[in-house]
Amino acid sequence: MSILINKDTKIITQGMTGKTGQFHTEKCQEYANGKNCFVAGVNPKKAGESLMGIPIFGTVKDAAAETGATVSVIYVPPPGAAAAIWEAVEADLDLVVCITEGIPVRDMLMVRNRMKKREAAGGKKTLLLGPNCPGVITPDEVKIGIMPGHIHRKGRIGVVSRSGTLTYEAVGQLTEIGLGQTTAVGTGGDPINGLKHIDIMRLFNDDPDTYAVIMIGEIGGPDEADAAVWCKANMKKPIVGFIAGVTAPAGKRMGHAGALISGGADTADAKLAIMEECGFTVTRDPSEMGKLIKKLI
Amino acid sequence: MKIHEYQGKQLLKKFGVAVPRGVFCQSVDEAVKAAESLGGNLWVVKAQIHAGGRGKGGGVKVAKSLDEVREFAGQILGMQLVTHQTGPVGQKVRRLLIEEGADIRKEYYVAALTDRTTQTVAIMASSEGGMDIEKVAHDTPEKILKVFVDPEEGLSAKQAAELATGIGVPAASVDSAVKALQGLFKCYMETDASLAEINPLILEGDGNIKAIDAKFNFDSNALYRQPEIMAFRDLDEEDPDELEASKHDLSYISLDGNIGCLVNGAGLAMATMDTIKLFGAEPANFLDVGGGATTEKVTSAFQIMLKNPKVKGILVNIFGGIMRCDTIATGVVAAARETHIAVPLVVRMKGTNEDIGKKILSDSGLPIITADSMADAATKIVAAVK
Repeated sequence: MSILINKDTKIITQGMTGKTGQFHTEKCQEYANGKNCFVAGVNPKKAGESLMGIPIFGTVKDAAAETGATVSVIYVPPPGAAAAIWEAVEADLDLVVCITEGIPVRDMLMVRNRMKKREAAGGKKTLLLGPNCPGVITPDEVKIGIMPGHIHRKGRIGVVSRSGTLTYEAVGQLTEIGLGQTTAVGTGGDPINGLKHIDIMRLFNDDPDTYAVIMIGEIGGPDEADAAVWCKANMKKPIVGFIAGVTAPAGKRMGHAGALISGGADTADAKLAIMEECGFTVTRDPSEMGKLIKKLI
Repeated sequence: MKIHEYQGKQLLKKFGVAVPRGVFCQSVDEAVKAAESLGGNLWVVKAQIHAGGRGKGGGVKVAKSLDEVREFAGQILGMQLVTHQTGPVGQKVRRLLIEEGADIRKEYYVAALTDRTTQTVAIMASSEGGMDIEKVAHDTPEKILKVFVDPEEGLSAKQAAELATGIGVPAASVDSAVKALQGLFKCYMETDASLAEINPLILEGDGNIKAIDAKFNFDSNALYRQPEIMAFRDLDEEDPDELEASKHDLSYISLDGNIGCLVNGAGLAMATMDTIKLFGAEPANFLDVGGGATTEKVTSAFQIMLKNPKVKGILVNIFGGIMRCDTIATGVVAAARETHIAVPLVVRMKGTNEDIGKKILSDSGLPIITADSMADAATKIVAAVK
């Protein structure tokens, strides 16, 4: 098993015909069962054409109806990305993975509120991963996003992080010591996003094939603390935790739009403390994440 | 991106929030003329820098005559203003705001910001205006009221009136406060702000509500559609190295330590800084070279780091994914040659084409120290600079 996606997932790519979308779609096709998973692209001006053997549709709704796809991945540039998310939601997809970095916060606020209202009114609940995230991968089955596929290996460890390269670092360490991953998830570096650490921890907890989880966070926002409190009461599996940004000054945005210390509760030290309190094995040395997991299982 | 108080007040005024009459000045003579044109017998001379805490640092003075306006403007203009937000060096004052005096009966605090938990806009208000709001939040959190506003529906008159009443605005002035609060919300949304703070918002003797200060921060992702805000940008207020880095599409932040670091990805960059500290030294900067690090970008990054005289060593940490290690290695070798790097350089690379990358480094003939893990890299650079 795995979480969110597997070898049978059918995926629509929004923004596939752009340079970034095309580059990464090709890499995703080359990975494991990618050829069978990536079944549609969307571009209203190129409906009816195809690219890399993938048919292009005018809208997400058409693409979903024609191919049975239930997941989309978005590479649309920032000004149109929130509208692309909304289009996928209106097409009743299960999951939308938004890779785009640099979407205005106001646009995300608007689309998130619309999603919540639609859900409250009885509409389908569409999960959003990202934006500004590397995506999600279930090793040896399918990868949706921009992570390097070859560093992954199928196994029993779940990985969740906001950051891209820090996720790769954790995955790289695991693979090097012979531990594979069930699924690795990047939730993204933006302040207003979809799935959070707590949501991913819930999924890993329910996945019988996941034996342990590496949860990586960073400064800014309440996500890691919320997840830690939930894990204390519910999580049945060992967790190794790391928070980046112990040396980050307050009030400065550290690369990610969401990586900003705005009070006493969202510093790295405060998050490490609450995670430790909630039973995580925390480390201040990111080189040790893999080794610590090995000790726990 | 931050802006000055006088610019913030222009925005507030545009959205219906009352502000004192004032004139922006860049010389002492202009300041005196401004006071004359404003009339009255009481003026406030205010230093315009992006940092807060200007009053305590001596950057805000009340003048009771035109002579005093001249005197204070002379003192403040050109001074190196030190506040708790500027650091010990302070910030040079190049701009002034001359305002008419206000008849202050009561000071309040109001602000708009994005709330990450509820994914709405939070409007905060407090009866404790004119004070450090973080201290109020810590000591008397019950004195801060909050409403969470649906960004599409906006702040209703009812919500605004409840807030105003809640912080003790007298009944006769609630309408004026509602106008200010709704204006603040609208301004926040339409300008793509990430923070809009009025501290203090005052009650005047005639019952009117006015904004006496204005602090704004804007979402840098949205500046492409905010030309009016972009025009407010004041490069004098920005860190010159950070500014130079942004021209090369590098995400860079100056810190106080002596080990420069160049990393791909914001999370990994912070983790690298933390590892340097864990092994006994301090990072000199945060630097995310991004996903497409060309030789030119790496060279610019080296130049910016080496310009800092405190830097005694450089640590490069790359996790090669889509960006291959051999590409980065070629960039690092070229950058090291071009900048004639004279401090120890430790390079740690992992991922795609790691072996080819390492070979390029060792074949270069340059004294580059290679490392396998982040801990190994940090140990080596800390040892090398001691």
